[in-house]
Amino acid sequence: MKDIRFSEESMALVQRMMKRYPEGKHKSALIPILHIAQAEFDGWLSPEVMNYVASVMNIQSIEVYEVASFYSMFNLKPVGKCLIEVCRTSSCWLLGAEDVIRHLEKKLNIKVGETSSDGMFTLKSVECLGSCGTAPMLQVGADYYENLNLEKVDALVSRLKSEGKRKTYTDLPEPRTL
Amino acid sequence: MGKKLLLKDDHIAGIQSYDVYRKNGGYASVEKAVKTMTTEAVVEEVKKSGLRGRGGAGFPTGMKWSFLAKPPGIARYLVCNADESEPGTFKDRYLMERIPHLLIEGMITSSYALGANTSYIYIRGEYYYVARILEKAIDEAYANGWLGKNILGSEYSLDLYVQIGAGAYICGEETALLESLEGKRGNPRIKPPFPAVAGLYGCPTVVNNVETIAAVVPIVNDGGDEYAKIGIGKSTGTKLISASGHINKPGVYEIDLGVPVEEFIFSDKYCGGIRGGKKFKAVVAGGSSVPILPADLILKTAKGEPRLMSYESLADGGFATGTMLGSGGFIVMDEDTSIVKNLWNFTRFYHHESCGQCSPCREGTGWMEKILHRILDGHGTMSDIDLLWDIQGKIEGKTICPLGDAAAWPVAAAIRHFRSEFEEYIKNPKSIKDVKHYYRLNNLQSA
Amino acid sequence: MAKVTIDGHMIEVPDGTTILQAARMIGGDVVPPAMCYYSKLKTSGGYCRTCLVKVTKGSEKDPRPMPKPVASCRTPVMDGMEVQNKTAPDLLEARAGVVEFLLINHPLDCPICDQAGECSLQDLAYEHGLSRTRYEFSRRTFQKIDIGEKIKLHMTRCILCYRCVKVAEQITDGRVHGVLNRGDVSEISTYISQAVDNDFSGNMIDVCPVGALTDRTFRFKSRVWNVNPVDAHRDCPTCSGRVMLWMKGAEVFRVTARKDEYAEVLDTPDGKPGWICNTCRFDKKETKDWIVDGPSKIDRHSVISQNHYVLQEPAHKPLLNAVQAVPTSWQLENKK
Ligand SMILES: Cc1cc2nc3c(=O)[nH]c(=O)nc-3n(C[C@H](O)[C@H](O)[C@H](O)COP(=O)(O)O)c2cc1C
Ligand code: SF4
Ligand code: FES
Ligand code: FES
Repeated sequence: MKDIRFSEESMALVQRMMKRYPEGKHKSALIPILHIAQAEFDGWLSPEVMNYVASVMNIQSIEVYEVASFYSMFNLKPVGKCLIEVCRTSSCWLLGAEDVIRHLEKKLNIKVGETSSDGMFTLKSVECLGSCGTAPMLQVGADYYENLNLEKVDALVSRLKSEGKRKTYTDLPEPRTL
Repeated sequence: MGKKLLLKDDHIAGIQSYDVYRKNGGYASVEKAVKTMTTEAVVEEVKKSGLRGRGGAGFPTGMKWSFLAKPPGIARYLVCNADESEPGTFKDRYLMERIPHLLIEGMITSSYALGANTSYIYIRGEYYYVARILEKAIDEAYANGWLGKNILGSEYSLDLYVQIGAGAYICGEETALLESLEGKRGNPRIKPPFPAVAGLYGCPTVVNNVETIAAVVPIVNDGGDEYAKIGIGKSTGTKLISASGHINKPGVYEIDLGVPVEEFIFSDKYCGGIRGGKKFKAVVAGGSSVPILPADLILKTAKGEPRLMSYESLADGGFATGTMLGSGGFIVMDEDTSIVKNLWNFTRFYHHESCGQCSPCREGTGWMEKILHRILDGHGTMSDIDLLWDIQGKIEGKTICPLGDAAAWPVAAAIRHFRSEFEEYIKNPKSIKDVKHYYRLNNLQSA
Repeated sequence: MAKVTIDGHMIEVPDGTTILQAARMIGGDVVPPAMCYYSKLKTSGGYCRTCLVKVTKGSEKDPRPMPKPVASCRTPVMDGMEVQNKTAPDLLEARAGVVEFLLINHPLDCPICDQAGECSLQDLAYEHGLSRTRYEFSRRTFQKIDIGEKIKLHMTRCILCYRCVKVAEQITDGRVHGVLNRGDVSEISTYISQAVDNDFSGNMIDVCPVGALTDRTFRFKSRVWNVNPVDAHRDCPTCSGRVMLWMKGAEVFRVTARKDEYAEVLDTPDGKPGWICNTCRFDKKETKDWIVDGPSKIDRHSVISQNHYVLQEPAHKPLLNAVQAVPTSWQLENKK
């Protein structure tokens, strides 16, 4: 197993983050740091990773478990390289989110919550992502894919497959310009 | 009429960048406030403007600001609520993504008014890329002297940070947001004390929505009185409406409060009517929590007056025949929409998002979802409708935070206005055509 | 000082007193039931909502009634406040609703539960609940786990009062368990299997209002009403050593802290909460370890000790008749 340790760059960022808050309040950095950890350690938070974060932040492990298990963006089980999160709420649902999900289930040959056998995709249905005006929509890593139809979904899956890269919320080279 | 205040520069290419924003008059409110106004004077302008919180509750912002406790020697905080997770609401994302500097400017002016030297923008985790846009804007603001020590050579200093969440609707509730910002589970706090007295790190804190803070910019620039001229009655100013659902032109619209609902739905200036020439059935006017209204009641009040897009007009008739402006998440449904299925979708949402602290919400939301599921499975009984009614009544008003109410109101309203649809499903299960609702269990990750 | 009237009884209490504390000072019927509040644990209360009361007059200064029922355990009194508990039928109905919520996912396994007879939920359901259930879906279940050698965690019975978490936070050094997940799948857990081992961890058992945390050294040994409580003490280097021994003949079946009428640990004579250490609780199970002070005075208000076997219908009528149970695909799926 890979040694659990932040890269030098991430470690510097983590240290900086903890200093953003008033004296003694560095626990505030926990959620941002968990995002960094999840991105760095294969897209999920194993107990070892959470213990490591606790030791870096000098807090109890249980405080990390409690927080990590509360928020739906933290994965406590391994996920595929691309976590496809399809909005299943109100407007998206009115405009065909279920068709998108069923289509993806068939195409990837997995059910919601499962990971494809090649470890490439995990399919998840999530609550409103604040993109209801461009429904239906889904998110992969940091990117929103909006106004979906089944062809667009197919094209996206092929592209992700050929790129073969892990997608995380944090990998954003530059803000996208409009 | 119809002048845009927040989105006026939306069409300008490159308005995301500092230079373009500044060239178009950006940061004038900071200059005006810091150089020529006392903090009290800024608060006074906001009071005069009649601005009401745009996050959902509609509480007068100036009044909220004046409640902020100011014990000497203790830090005060301004926290911007950019959690935007109410289904049907996407205006804050639009604003932050397109004109990030407007929020930064509003944060500086508002922090100055409140005497906060550190402020945070708490943004939902899914908006990671938007957080980056904001961070870039903040860097630019620091580089140009709008943030940091002694802003514009004054005594006033401010540090501004973006704090990222990680997926929890409940973190939009202001005290849950503060808990989350302190690195904890997003459990709403038990009040009292209120954040104005003991908020972030136990210090006096104001929490305001993105749009509320952005509106401070035109208020300070043009004066509160000028702002108050727009709108109708106690609904002053402009409001961003997130329009979605079965309409021809979904999107974010900045309207003068007081536009007739009928015009908003059918005019080409706004939603452009119902998609595909279908008939119009119902509207959820202010985000998923507010009561759904059937077409006739959303277009006209029970008294037969035209319904307007304002706090008062939408609420006319109370919950019996009215609804709420809420966060301005305007979801339109056409004749093919099943109200029961839609209700199940909403109820599933609240079940999934309950933090689980207090028993009525933790247990009641799941129970209601299961009953709705049973009805949609064709196994409902007539008494299920009464049971739903009874359960929602036992949640409403008994919980720690208003999420319990938010889960109860849609159920009550759907039964109130569309009872016959429930009855039809129960009497004649075959009428539940094409039931697509197979996410019966939460996808909550468990250890 | 503030004057407050609860169900017609007036009392003057120090500022900052909560409505619940004021009611306890009056005593008797006006005391709302409390499942999560624990006076000896800071920041406890507010979660379960059984202690809701109706405030019909906010204060002398601002006499408006409060728009919603409030949690009496977390709401401070104001001078001139008027409160209704037992005297407001709509409040009793709301409370019955809360009790129902607490019970829908409770296993109702009292016949095999060690807590039966001294269970706050049993008492609550008896006094404030309905005599039948309207919930027809499968109930939530969890695996039983041992958290350490001496404590059993039976999460299925838990009502998420947070008391044990506060014990770990406030009276032990280093918390290793907490609340995980959210919503109705929240659970008390250590996440990865870990022993809760600490001199004072056993007090979690005493504060648990239900049978979720039980003493493994007493498990299934006896029903509580078949053992006799006596007060005893020993010279303990770690704690006050003031305990209750639960005995059958000369045999000590279990050791607990001494409790008051609200099932909270009694204070020691020096005014500190009488928490006891794990050595006293788990290891001193011989009469020779103890000096017996005499039979315990315990408040026998619990269901079983009062021989309240006759069911009383609640004052308010349940809204519905029992509805027919139909298995839904939901339940079928859950069975798989
Ligand atoms: C369950 C729940 C979710 C909420 N979500 C949001 C939200 O996403 N964004 C927001 O601005 N306010 C939200 N609110 C309202 C906030 O608690 C708070 O009233 C608001 O941020 C105050 O800002 P304002 O006065 O500017 O509206 C929510 C409230 C509740 C009870
Ligand atoms: S109402 Fe729901 S979300 Fe709010 S505190 Fe209670 S359990 Fe949590
Ligand atoms: S409903 Fe899908 S993004 Fe809002
Ligand atoms: S005892 Fe007051 S809410 Fe639980």
